[in-house]
Amino acid sequence: MGQIFHPSANTLAKLGIFGGVFLLIGLFTIWDQFLRSPYVTGVRQPIEQTVPFSHKHHVQQLGIDCRYCHTAVEKSAVAGIPPTKTCMNCHVQIWKDAPILAPVRDSFLTGKQLQWTRVHDLPDFVYFNHSIHVNRGIGCVSCHGQVDEMPLMWKANTLHMSWCLNCHRHPDKFVRPKDKVFDMRWERPTGTNDPGKALVAEYDIQSLTSCSICHR
Amino acid sequence: MATEPKVEKFDSAVLRGRHSYDTVTDKIASIVLTRNQPRAWIFGAAIAFSLLMLFLYTAAMVVAKGIGIWGNNVPVAWALDIINFVWWIGIGHAGTLISAILLLLKQDWRTSINRFAEAMTLFAVACAGMFPLLHLGRVWVFYWLMPYPNTFALWPQFRSPLVWDVFAVSTYALVSLMFWFVGLIPDLATLRDRAQNRAAQIFYGVLAMGWSGSARHWSRYETAYMILAALSTPLVLSVHSVVSFDFAVSVLPGWHTTVFPPYFVAGAVFAGFAMVLTLAIPLRKIYGLQDLITMKHLDNMAKVMLATGLIVIYGYAMEGFMAWYSGSPNERFMMYNRLFGPYGYTYWLLLLCNFVAVQFLWSPRIRRSTLGLFIVAMFVNVGMWLERFVIIVTSLSRDFLPSSWAQYHPTFWDTGLFIGSIGLFLTLMFVFIRLLPMISIFEMRDLVHKTGGGSPRESAENKRK
Repeated sequence: MGQIFHPSANTLAKLGIFGGVFLLIGLFTIWDQFLRSPYVTGVRQPIEQTVPFSHKHHVQQLGIDCRYCHTAVEKSAVAGIPPTKTCMNCHVQIWKDAPILAPVRDSFLTGKQLQWTRVHDLPDFVYFNHSIHVNRGIGCVSCHGQVDEMPLMWKANTLHMSWCLNCHRHPDKFVRPKDKVFDMRWERPTGTNDPGKALVAEYDIQSLTSCSICHR
Repeated sequence: MATEPKVEKFDSAVLRGRHSYDTVTDKIASIVLTRNQPRAWIFGAAIAFSLLMLFLYTAAMVVAKGIGIWGNNVPVAWALDIINFVWWIGIGHAGTLISAILLLLKQDWRTSINRFAEAMTLFAVACAGMFPLLHLGRVWVFYWLMPYPNTFALWPQFRSPLVWDVFAVSTYALVSLMFWFVGLIPDLATLRDRAQNRAAQIFYGVLAMGWSGSARHWSRYETAYMILAALSTPLVLSVHSVVSFDFAVSVLPGWHTTVFPPYFVAGAVFAGFAMVLTLAIPLRKIYGLQDLITMKHLDNMAKVMLATGLIVIYGYAMEGFMAWYSGSPNERFMMYNRLFGPYGYTYWLLLLCNFVAVQFLWSPRIRRSTLGLFIVAMFVNVGMWLERFVIIVTSLSRDFLPSSWAQYHPTFWDTGLFIGSIGLFLTLMFVFIRLLPMISIFEMRDLVHKTGGGSPRESAENKRK
C-alpha cells in the first residue's frame, strides 16, 4: 500500500493551521476597516443635488447666517429645509435668468418642492433634536464640519453611534459659548482658558448616555 | 454472541468475553469501515432526517417572520425557547463528566462510553445554542453578543447573566470540541490505516493529522489530554451554574433562589446520564456491543442517576421549604400556584418523572434490566424538560402584579422547533456513528491490556506487519 500523502502535506497542514489564525484576524480587520471607510460612511463624499447649491459661496463669501435658511434649528427637532421662497428672496433679482437656477424658478412658479438629497440621514430608530443641542452650546461645526468650505454638501462625520457617544460622554470637550454656536470660525482656547468645564456647569449639561435618550 | 440470553447476566466486568487487541479493534472499526449499515441505522436516520427538516422549516419561518409567531407573550417572554436551551445544555453535561472527571478519578468504566457521550455533549450544545440565537429575533446580528471593537462604542452588558451565558456556553462548546477531537486522533489513524478506499484514507488521514503512534506522539497526546481534562472539569460545574444565574440573579419568585446553581448542575448530570442511557441501550443492542458496554456500565450510570436525582429532589424540597420559611407572601403564592395553579399538572407530572420513577433505581433488578433502565431514563428525559417548564413558565405567568398575569400556549412553531431540534441532535448522532468510531479503540486496547482480556503485549498493529 503506497503512501497516502506526499511529505509536503506536513508543511501544508502546519501552514493551514497557523495561517488560518492570521487569515481570520486579517479578514476581520479588513471587514472592520471597510465598514469605517468613506465608501460606507460617506464621509467627505460630495452629494450631487438638483441645484448645485454651494454653502461655501453663500456662507463664506456672502456671510449669510445658518438660521436665515434653517429657520427651525433653535426651536425644533429638525433644522428645516428652506422653502423655494427663501431662495427667491434674492434670486428674483440676482442671477434671475441663470440657467443653473432654472429648477428653482420652476419650483417657485409651479409650487412643487425642490427635491434635495438628504446628506445627514440618521436611521429611523434614532431620535435626534437640533434645538436642545444648539441651545446648550453645541456649534453647527461640531457635527456638520466647516460647512462654509463645502462647495457641495458632504458629511464631515460618520454619524456612528460611537461618534455620538464620544460627545455625550465628554461634553466639556465640545461645548462652546452660546453666542458662538453659529460661528464658523470660533477657535477653542487651550489649556486653562478652555471654557468647557465651566460651560458644562453653567448650562447644566448632563452626560446623557442611557439607551432611551436616543432610542425611544 | 448469537445466543445472547434474554436477561443478561450481571457481573462487575467492564469488558466481557475473551478479547484481544485485534478483536476490539475489529469490532469497533468494522462498524465504520463497511458499506452495510444495520436496518435500524437506516430507519433511525430517516426519521431523524425528517425531523431535521421540520427544524429547518420552523427555524426558517421564525427567522423570516420574527418570534411573534411563537406563543411567547408578556409576561411569559421566555418559554419553550429557553426551556429547550436549558434542557439541551443540561444533557450535554454527562459527556463532560464522563470524559473529564471520571478520567481524572481513573474510573476504567468510562472507557467504552466516553466517546459517544462526548459526541452527545457536542451535539446537545449545538442544539442548545440554536434557541437563544433564534430568540434574538434578528439572528444575523448574533455577533453583537461578543465584545469586539465596534462603531457603537458599546460593550455587552457585563453585569447581565445572559452575557455570562454567552461566554460559558461558547467556552464549553470549544473545550468539548477540542477534547473530543484530541481523543479521536489515535483512532482516526487506526481507521486511516484500515480503510480500503482512497477517499476514506484521505478523509481519516487529514483528520488524523499525521499520527504515527510513536512514543513521542503518545507522550504529547497524554499531556494534552490531561490538560484538556483539567480544563473541562471546572466547566462541568460552571456552565450550568451560569445558566442557573439567568434565573437566580433575577427577583422573580420561583427564580430568585440560592439553591439554583448546585441544583441545576445536579439536574444537568442527571438529565445527561439519562440521555447517555437512552442512546447506549439501543446502540449496544443494534451493533452487538454488549461485551464492550457491559451491564456494569449501565449499572454505574444508573447509580449516578440515582445520586444526582436525589440531589434534584432535595432541590425541590428546598424550594417548597423556603417558600414557606421565607414568610414572603409572593414566594408562598408561587409555590401554591406551582402546585394548584393552571399549570399545576406539569408539577405533578414532574414529580412522577423525577421523584417517583427514579426510586425504582434503588432496586438492582431494575438497574440491571435494559428495558427497565430505558423506561426510567425516558421518564427522566421528560421530567427534566418539565422541570424547566415549571420553573420558567409557571413563575413568569403569574408574577407580582395580578393585572399582568397571562397564560402561555405554545404554537406549532414552538413545538415544531423543539421536536425538530431532537431531529438535529439525532441526525448528528447518526452521522457520527456512521463516520467515526463510537467507542475509543485505543483506550479499549488499553483496557484489554489492563484486564488481561487477551493476548498481552501484542498490539494489533504489530500483528499486521
